[in-house]
Amino acid sequence: MPVISYIQAVTQALKEEMQRDDKVFVLGEDVGKRGGVFRATDGLYDEFGEDRVLDTPLAESAIAGVGIGAAMYGMRPVAEMQFADFIMPAVNQIISEAAKIRYRSNNDWSAPITIRAPYGGGVHGALYHSQSVEAVFANQPGLKIVMPSTPYDVKGLLKASIRDNDPVLFFEHKRAYRLIKGEVPEEDYTLPIGKADVKREGSDITVITYGLCVHFALQAAEKLAEEGIDAHILDLRTVYPLDKEGIIEAASKTGKVLLVTEDNKEGGIISEVSAIISENCLFELDAPVQRLAGPDIPSMPYAPTMEKHFMMNPDKVEKAMRDLAEF
Amino acid sequence: MGLEKINMPQLGESVTEGTISTWLIQPGDKVNKYDPIAEVMTDKVNAEVPSSFTGVIKELAASEGDTLSVGDLMCYVEVEGGGSVEAPSQEPEDETPSKEEAPSTQNTSQKSEQKKDQGSKKRYSPAVMTLAQEHAIDLNQVEGTGRGGRITRKDIEKIVESGSIPTSAQASEAEKPADNKPSEAQQTQSQPSPTPPSAPDVKDGDIEIPVTGVRKAIAANMVKSKTEIPHAWMMVEVDVTNLVELRDAKKNQFKQQEGFSLTYFAFFVKAVAQALKEYPQLNSTWAGDKIIQRKAINLNIAVAKEDQLFVPVIRDADEKSIKGIAKDITDLAGKARQGKLTSKDMEGGTFTVNNTGSFGSVQSMGVINHPQAAILQVESIVKKPVYQNGMFGARDMVNLCLSLDHRVLDGLVAGNFLARVKEILEKMSEENTSVY
Repeated sequence: MPVISYIQAVTQALKEEMQRDDKVFVLGEDVGKRGGVFRATDGLYDEFGEDRVLDTPLAESAIAGVGIGAAMYGMRPVAEMQFADFIMPAVNQIISEAAKIRYRSNNDWSAPITIRAPYGGGVHGALYHSQSVEAVFANQPGLKIVMPSTPYDVKGLLKASIRDNDPVLFFEHKRAYRLIKGEVPEEDYTLPIGKADVKREGSDITVITYGLCVHFALQAAEKLAEEGIDAHILDLRTVYPLDKEGIIEAASKTGKVLLVTEDNKEGGIISEVSAIISENCLFELDAPVQRLAGPDIPSMPYAPTMEKHFMMNPDKVEKAMRDLAEF
Repeated sequence: MGLEKINMPQLGESVTEGTISTWLIQPGDKVNKYDPIAEVMTDKVNAEVPSSFTGVIKELAASEGDTLSVGDLMCYVEVEGGGSVEAPSQEPEDETPSKEEAPSTQNTSQKSEQKKDQGSKKRYSPAVMTLAQEHAIDLNQVEGTGRGGRITRKDIEKIVESGSIPTSAQASEAEKPADNKPSEAQQTQSQPSPTPPSAPDVKDGDIEIPVTGVRKAIAANMVKSKTEIPHAWMMVEVDVTNLVELRDAKKNQFKQQEGFSLTYFAFFVKAVAQALKEYPQLNSTWAGDKIIQRKAINLNIAVAKEDQLFVPVIRDADEKSIKGIAKDITDLAGKARQGKLTSKDMEGGTFTVNNTGSFGSVQSMGVINHPQAAILQVESIVKKPVYQNGMFGARDMVNLCLSLDHRVLDGLVAGNFLARVKEILEKMSEENTSVY
């Protein structure tokens, strides 16, 4: 199996889906001739032409709105937000229209759009290029939010998102783009949206996280294994709606749960995970559910020292894991 | 293979002992955890005792008919892995067996490590509590590996896996209720034997029926009541012609609307509850150096089922309508017939009303439901010629028979009470009585 990077998995999934189904098209800022600022759509313009790879104006509301309209008319658009931070002008389109159209029209209409956006920090991107925005969308029934951690999951889940008959927000960690590599089958496959994935089996503590933090947890787990601490790691993969069963199972397995995100701590995805655990696992719990997250300040700072303070890393995760194991 | 004990469980609030009416297993039988091993009868209720372990029954420590205190040994079970007790044959004769040693050796081994921080030793997480309960683990004997000596879930899981579960002999002892209510203290004072001292000889063709279960409890209670309580009796005759008319007029519609029958008995219970409110002396208990007048009016009603007699309780009868009482009677009688009465259904009665009329009796002398102060028997309603207003007429008449504890009550108050019940019943008519 070839080893490719996280972003190559994005490109591969897009290319294969466009080849498979001519209703699939991409649109976004600089996605065409330039191949995207991260090169995620590299080569698509040459292969599929300007009719299926659309360079748009700097108007996120229009990118989402045009995509939603096309989706309602039977197309399979994949809209790109150049940075997740820029999604805010499109929020009205996404929440008021895409998320609700099936419900509002009593099933007559639907919006099978996929909106891709690179999120996350650690790239010295400062305020407008480092944010995690998933929590904004994570209480909007009608939406799905996918946040994969590995190239394998990226390809399988992006294909599943494009084929899904409802709107999916597909958030890609921009630092993972070239940092994370992994084996990805060349053949066509999809992975189920809404299913978490056990990335490491263990019996002492459970770490539940998603995105780039999965790798921090895996690295920390390897170190802790040398000390005899055996961590169980669950990758949520889909952060909305959450895989309740998978969460309950993973939490019950060890009774000591650490939840990790690089997003702000309060009111985030992991807060909901924590609520699910406390509602369902009281008699399995052996320690208070712990949340490790970014501080509750508006965004990732620019100064390297400050960014380091904000950003999640393997050391922070390792420390929190050890602390919980010793409890 | 290890050995575990099954002790007499606490079968209800304030229950201190139970009598094994039937063993459902024999030595050598295989049992699963929660399988019933014996039927046990208490003064409140009959219940099945479940096995606490999966294994093979090794030895029964009591016979059918034996009364065991809560926490007493019932039987030994051989279980997989290490048990908590030594083989019964090796156990010393006296009642402080080898279990005492186990905790003490644990204690000494702990003492050597006392310097460690043990501040969180007794901070149990829900998971630890749950597992300890499931496997009957005595947490005092478990060494914690968590921070501050905390016992972690993993510590418990390891113990369960190893099979050597530290249970506590004292734990069951502690479950015994410490508070002895005055009435119960009195009960234990005199425990007359229900069986006669010399057994009569059995002739050919005679059938011997072993006295077990509820029969035995009834016998014991009757003996206690009759030997302890100086009974006195009284009877009044009540004209319930109007009540009969009222009930006949309503019964069909009522049954249709409510789905259960509007019985005469509900009216009588209502009248008694009302009169008891005015004469609380009857709603009381003899407690040796004092008489306790009960505030709550909880009426026992007698419900017979083949050879068994139950006295479930209509709670707060004074707060209920005739319909409410009729519903309770229907529910309780149904439960009694299906054997579904719980000890909660039987607890807390303050006075008993007995529907002797249902089997045609016109006069009877009830035995007081110990430790109450009186019992009222409602006899059959009979049409009789009665001289009234200068002529004979056919009237519906019923006898109410009261047995009273003469220590608590005298004729005057009992007579006034009966007169009041009579007055209430005779005033019940279609014009002034609602069943709702």
